[in-house]
Amino acid sequence: MKVIVVGAGVVGSLAARELSKYDLDITIIEKNLDIGWGVTKANSAILHAGYDDPVDSNRAKFCAKGNAMYTQLSQELDFEIRRTGSYVVAFSDQEVKTIEELYEQGRINGVPGLEIHDRNTLLEKEPNLNKDVKCGLWAPTAGITEPWMVAIAAVENAVANGVKLVLNEKVVGFEKKGDQIKKVITDKNSYETDLVVNAAGLYADQVALLAGAEYVPLHPRRGEYILLDKKMGSIIKSVIFPTPTKTSKGILVLPTIDGGLLLGPTAVDLQDDMKDHLETTAQGLEQIRNFTRTLVPSLDFSQTVKTFCGLRPESPQKDFFVQASKVVKNFVNLMAMRSPGLTAAPAIAEYVTQEVIQQAMGFKLSKRKDFNPIRRGIKKIVELPLQEWQELVKGDPKAGRLICYCNEVTEAEIVEAIKRGARTLDGVKFRTRAMFGRCQGGFCSIKIMKILERELGKDMSEIVLKSPQSWIVDGKVRE
Amino acid sequence: MKTDVLVIGAGAAGMAAALSAAKNGARVILTDRDERAGGILNQCIHNGFGLHYFKEELTGPEYAERFSTLLENYQITLLTDCHVHNVKPDRKAVLVSPKGVFEVETKSIVYTAGARERPFGTLMIPGDRPSGIFTAGVAQKYMNIENRIIGKRALILGSGDIGMIMARRLTLEGVEVVAVIERLPYSGGLLRNVIQCLEDYNIPLYLSSTVVEVRGKERLEEVVVAQVDNNYRPIPGTERIFKVDTLVLSVGLIPQVELLWGLVQLDPISKGVSCSNIGQSSSEWIFSAGNCTVVYDLVDYVTMEGEKAGKYAAHYAKGERFETGVPIEIGENVGVIFPRRYVSGEDLVLYIRSKKPIEGATLVVGNFERRFEDVMPSEMIRIKIPSQKIMGFERIVVSLKEE
Ligand SMILES: Cc1cc2nc3c(=O)[nH]c(=O)nc-3n(C[C@H](O)[C@H](O)[C@H](O)COP(=O)(O)OP(=O)(O)OC[C@H]3O[C@@H](n4cnc5c(N)ncnc54)[C@H](O)[C@@H]3O)c2cc1C
Ligand SMILES: Cc1cc2nc3c(=O)[nH]c(=O)nc-3n(C[C@H](O)[C@H](O)[C@H](O)COP(=O)(O)OP(=O)(O)OC[C@H]3O[C@@H](n4cnc5c(N)ncnc54)[C@H](O)[C@@H]3O)c2cc1C
Repeated sequence: MKVIVVGAGVVGSLAARELSKYDLDITIIEKNLDIGWGVTKANSAILHAGYDDPVDSNRAKFCAKGNAMYTQLSQELDFEIRRTGSYVVAFSDQEVKTIEELYEQGRINGVPGLEIHDRNTLLEKEPNLNKDVKCGLWAPTAGITEPWMVAIAAVENAVANGVKLVLNEKVVGFEKKGDQIKKVITDKNSYETDLVVNAAGLYADQVALLAGAEYVPLHPRRGEYILLDKKMGSIIKSVIFPTPTKTSKGILVLPTIDGGLLLGPTAVDLQDDMKDHLETTAQGLEQIRNFTRTLVPSLDFSQTVKTFCGLRPESPQKDFFVQASKVVKNFVNLMAMRSPGLTAAPAIAEYVTQEVIQQAMGFKLSKRKDFNPIRRGIKKIVELPLQEWQELVKGDPKAGRLICYCNEVTEAEIVEAIKRGARTLDGVKFRTRAMFGRCQGGFCSIKIMKILERELGKDMSEIVLKSPQSWIVDGKVRE
Repeated sequence: MKTDVLVIGAGAAGMAAALSAAKNGARVILTDRDERAGGILNQCIHNGFGLHYFKEELTGPEYAERFSTLLENYQITLLTDCHVHNVKPDRKAVLVSPKGVFEVETKSIVYTAGARERPFGTLMIPGDRPSGIFTAGVAQKYMNIENRIIGKRALILGSGDIGMIMARRLTLEGVEVVAVIERLPYSGGLLRNVIQCLEDYNIPLYLSSTVVEVRGKERLEEVVVAQVDNNYRPIPGTERIFKVDTLVLSVGLIPQVELLWGLVQLDPISKGVSCSNIGQSSSEWIFSAGNCTVVYDLVDYVTMEGEKAGKYAAHYAKGERFETGVPIEIGENVGVIFPRRYVSGEDLVLYIRSKKPIEGATLVVGNFERRFEDVMPSEMIRIKIPSQKIMGFERIVVSLKEE
């Protein structure tokens, strides 16, 4: 049986990996040049605990469960997570009341370990918080990860288990027979299929529309961020939320996996035709600066490394739309994956495989005996004990050549990233963290261009930053 | 491995330090993570180096070459492609290279790691994140070392020397440079560069202006420039759109000090390693010089400070000890100064950048006074203060008094 997963974001990637446990012929089709470059690339990267989601919503159903699944998943797929815990902090009596409500909602949603901490406990743990804080809701299961690494790891593991990955192809239509899809048409090819899983992120409504299936309209809700240097990274230890309002979780302060500090996101609804509007704005950045200072007064914005923007696939229902189509009998929607979609994704992958595809749709799947759940990440050489590093260099001199100085990434890791599919500068960056540090590629981007040139047998002028037209250099100065 | 002096970074400062440490009898290891010695000099193919030191106008690579040759005559182990991974308080450092990972035990260190360019991200300029945005140094490396054209039409942000030199270089290679944009009401680089790099090529310099937005989903397409008020805030309504595929940034260098975090005191103003006038840091066995202490305009100054640090590091390795010295403090109208402590004995060589342009300023240091016609933040003042003019002071305040 042939399955096509549309979209290699965290949702599609984990769904494909889950399906690869069964005897199926699976293809992932992704329009970008790499995995996880849609919504999955730019978000808060939090594994939410699950107290924030309305009781009985799909969000509540999958968030706490997905959160718990990340422990095993991160071990199997070898990506990093850190259970930092999170605080929702209250500054007024009104906010204290909201926190108590959240506590209650979290209890019903099955969130483990929730506690309300008084001011002293809170300030002891987070001494740099604004001293006016009254109390905070502590959620020990909350954590952080690198969302694109989750997607990359899942796809690598899926591919090792026989899944095919097609990049740089956009799904533009479907060939149907009655109420069944027969073929998926892309801008370059067509693929026969027996089942389609629509995980196209912000564009999932359009893909469903192309298939003639149900959908909820998606509009982008912009979230801007400021990333600060590692020097600021230890100013707080857990994820700090303000008390949420009806529309948003608010602007947060949180550590990142590699030790930086992330501030954001804003929340501005955009027109539904603005799905590529990933630009940051003066107002947005100003708002982040002003607001986060009220949470952590000592933030130093001269330590800014970069700013960026993500777009949430928001629907009028404000909930995940996860179900089999009733009109197109072999089409499944994994749509409207706003926050906490990253957290929920593993639970959704399991749900869609077992309860939607097998039970509701009635597909009979048989488990493969030879499924290998283990994927190993690219070894971070700088973290090895000296002795081991020494040994490694003896066998592979590239393990001793530093390319990215700020994050100390060696040539061996960059070559490995290219072996695993990096074709662009951003491809290397998101796999290795080279160019991710404080100099932002000032020292190493040219060296990486040359390694890409060498490993891919290409000319520098053919190597792009992230998309086909994002060229970096043109011709030669002299022939 | 054991050595007397470990020099970290083989740019102009490091080469000079290694040479003078060796001349003073020390066994020296000089290491650089690049493939060859020379540091930033290797990419500066324009003339203008070495007037003071070699009494000749050389290109950057020529200057580096001259120095490398001098090194060969001494007991200096030059390790290239060799990154110093860490330095520990027990005077050991871990070096990493394709030839191996090894520990070096040293008696003293001269830290000469240079500076890095301030990247685009730190400027918090709103807009897209397309390709086609380069720091000047990266642009320079692409053009001068990799032989690559970086675009067709370029705008330059920042009128620092590197930005202006790149404006000329791009123009000469057929890239259309539409303008240089500068936030300050005056140029951020040397006057000679304004004339030789911009005016001679009819490249307009827009002062009191900045980039307020960049646009382009894939490659850069448009840059929005606006005028700024006295507080550097963009003035609404003054926006102009430049259709360019390339933006080159020359917005400053930041001393690289991360390797020494926790080991030495930093200068809160320059953000570089804080040193005394013999190049000694707050950790007595660590000496430092060059752009990792304060950003210099002239390689000759870097070389002289490197030599000094190398000499004293060698003396330290032999067992000589030095006083901490009295603090040198920033007074009126002074932006950055180097050094930050004065150890009596030699005359004090002081490097000063003013905070703003001043017509007619008197430099006051202890009992020393000197009048200058014109001072500009972009032109670093180097001046020798005779020791008797600053003797007996508990702190030495440096100020530039306006008339
Ligand atoms: C600002 C912000 C903050 C967030 N914070 C959090 C958080 O802290 N914790 C959390 O759990 N969740 C968070 N989320 C939500 C989370 O990021 C998303 O739920 C998740 O990344 C969605 O993944 P996805 O795979 O559905 O979408 P995507 O990552 O967008 O993947 C969809 C893929 O489909 C591809 N595609 C689209 N159309 C086509 C086509 N026609 N043909 C082929 N390919 C196509 C796209 O290129 C894309 O790669 C946040 C989201 C945002 C925007
Ligand atoms: C573009 C440009 C144009 C200039 N033009 C002129 C001019 O025309 N005339 C003039 O006189 N001056 C000019 N200057 C100024 C002068 O050349 C520089 O200030 C000087 O060369 C800096 O020398 P440095 O040794 O301090 O730093 P760098 O040259 O930066 O050397 C530092 C070295 O340290 C190495 N390093 C750093 N960390 C480590 C580590 N952990 N392990 C191993 N190695 C490490 C680096 O690889 C580098 O090679 C110019 C400067 C620039 C940037």
